[in-house]
Amino acid sequence: MALMASSRHEVGTKSYPWLVYILAPVLAVGLQSLLSLHFGFFELIDLPLLVTIYYAIAKREPISATLVGAAIGIAQDALTHHPLGIFGISKALIGYTAASLGVRVDTENHGTRLLLTFGFTLGQAAVLYLLVRHMLGQPYAWHGFHELTGAAINALVGVILFALLDLTEQRE
Amino acid sequence: MESFFSRYRNALVLITLLLAQVIGLAVQVRRPGQAPGDKGGVLLIRAWVVGIVSPPERLLHATGLGIRGVWANYLDLIHVRQENRNLQEQLDQLRLEEASLAEDARQGERLQALLGFREKYIYKTVAAQVIGTAGTDQSHVLLIDKGSSAGIAPDMPVITPDGIVGKTRDVFDHTSQVLEISDATSGAGVVLEQTRIQGVLRGNTWGQPEIVNVSPDERIKAGEPVVTSGGDSIYPRGLAVGTVDRVVPEPDGTLVNVLVKPAANLSKLEEVLIIISAGSQLPAAMQQDLSDAQQRAADILAERLPSRADPNAPPTGGTGQNGPGQNGAGPNGAGPAAENPNAPPPLPPKPPPPIHPDHYSSSEVPQASDLVPGQRITSPEVEPENAAPAANPSGSKAAGAGASKSTGGTAGKIQGGSASKSEGSAAEKGKTGAGEAQKKEGSPKPTGTSATPGSAARPAPQGAAGQPGAGQAGPGQAGAGQGRAAQARPAPSTPPQTTPPQASPPQATPPQGRD
Repeated sequence: MALMASSRHEVGTKSYPWLVYILAPVLAVGLQSLLSLHFGFFELIDLPLLVTIYYAIAKREPISATLVGAAIGIAQDALTHHPLGIFGISKALIGYTAASLGVRVDTENHGTRLLLTFGFTLGQAAVLYLLVRHMLGQPYAWHGFHELTGAAINALVGVILFALLDLTEQRE
Repeated sequence: MESFFSRYRNALVLITLLLAQVIGLAVQVRRPGQAPGDKGGVLLIRAWVVGIVSPPERLLHATGLGIRGVWANYLDLIHVRQENRNLQEQLDQLRLEEASLAEDARQGERLQALLGFREKYIYKTVAAQVIGTAGTDQSHVLLIDKGSSAGIAPDMPVITPDGIVGKTRDVFDHTSQVLEISDATSGAGVVLEQTRIQGVLRGNTWGQPEIVNVSPDERIKAGEPVVTSGGDSIYPRGLAVGTVDRVVPEPDGTLVNVLVKPAANLSKLEEVLIIISAGSQLPAAMQQDLSDAQQRAADILAERLPSRADPNAPPTGGTGQNGPGQNGAGPNGAGPAAENPNAPPPLPPKPPPPIHPDHYSSSEVPQASDLVPGQRITSPEVEPENAAPAANPSGSKAAGAGASKSTGGTAGKIQGGSASKSEGSAAEKGKTGAGEAQKKEGSPKPTGTSATPGSAARPAPQGAAGQPGAGQAGPGQAGAGQGRAAQARPAPSTPPQTTPPQASPPQATPPQGRD
């Protein structure tokens, strides 16, 4: 039960400067767009998803996590040619699930974060596949190895990013 | 009831949010035949997001470009001189090639006009910097730094010098989205250059463009170029798309997909061109470029090979240049026809006269009536006053001078040249053969044969012969007729015509180039 929350501090919510709440999603969407242009492999990484997960497991409030996830997803949709809502739905679901899990598991542990991010990345890919392929009837690539690789890379990047974002935490 | 909402508040919020987005998706899904692009609130949301994201991207992109520019322009200059020399040589070579292709292009244009084809020429393009992408491998969309303020509209083709990139999608004030050809929802009409197999190009799930639903054909080989067909009404015809990578059968086995390696490096795009104006006429600038290229190529050729002169080079101006519309102009080139803007188009050139007389040219053969059985044929003396002008329209020295002075290769120059220089010879002798000679227009046969009796050899009506400056006075008509006759049947130098035109018997050389 190492993953379970064991203290009041672990289930408590964190607070951040308001600038972080604004800048982190904007930077995530912007950098995702910019870096993918210059580094092809960056398309495997989903910075907005990582920010959504971090916000959800840090705040541990499903409603706010759902709203933030939906907002970040819609912003990400706006840069694609997909209808608005594809990433919005998937990230709202991920935010809700991550916040719900954040209450129950120790999200301060790097191993937990690694596993959570890996799982959520695969979960988002599955939701996207269902939405695009089966709901909208548009072509969508589902390549198992590709998805696993992407999930692993996101998990690794997520651990580093979460550690960096931890530094911005407002401590009392 | 209140406890239900408070107990399941989180789930209810999630369900509400998901439901709202699903309804939003349903509203946005486009039906077949519906115009592309978003409208209303969706476009507004996209504009907001792009408006927030693009300024920092522009800033970062500009910073990167600046740093790279400093490095490339001021620091990394090793081997630049050598590279410059190589490029100059390459440029000269390309000019020569361009000149050789210029005539083909013009001919192709004429033939296409005859066949009713509609070729789209690129009139105006806008260069734009690529400042971002969609950020996901499921959406091959680029963000560029030009929008409607630069004249960009949805569904405009986006290209690079290497090949096509895609087309514009949503256009905002200062930014636009470009849907790449590697996206699964894109589409472009293409044709395989050699096998002429047409198809629709779109991206596959791996992001590689492919021509879908093609009938299996063994002629399709890897490396075959693929160009746009123009059938999609977006991309102009003939733009490079890429080369065939390999052929992959479809799951049902009846059709194949042709994977294409794009000519443009879609993963490393920095600058693109958006075609904002295209039309069916060859743009004036391009025509000028072709003409200039031909002239430069002629200069290069003359510089490298002084013994060779490009007969197809455009005029350089100055003495001896008698372009279209100068038919029948006098020595000053100020004849009425020279001012006529509706002058006939230039005709093909006449070969220059031989430098030294020889025994093989047909012009050296005397008239049949002068031949004596058993007599050896020798080069006859030429008496200018006896030369039959119309029967030998280009045989005069004047005509030859006109041709030799002309540096250009158009017939108009030669034609005008021979007419304008025909004082005392062809034009001076009258307007003979104008009608007949005009029949020859456009079908030049530079075979070196003389005019045949009954055509150009007919006497001029009502004593036009002998009128000084008749070639000039016949504003583009008499002189032109002469010129055309000369052009249509370029004769060798100085024929030994000794009989009056109306009595001119058949010559030793059979007529050629007749209708």
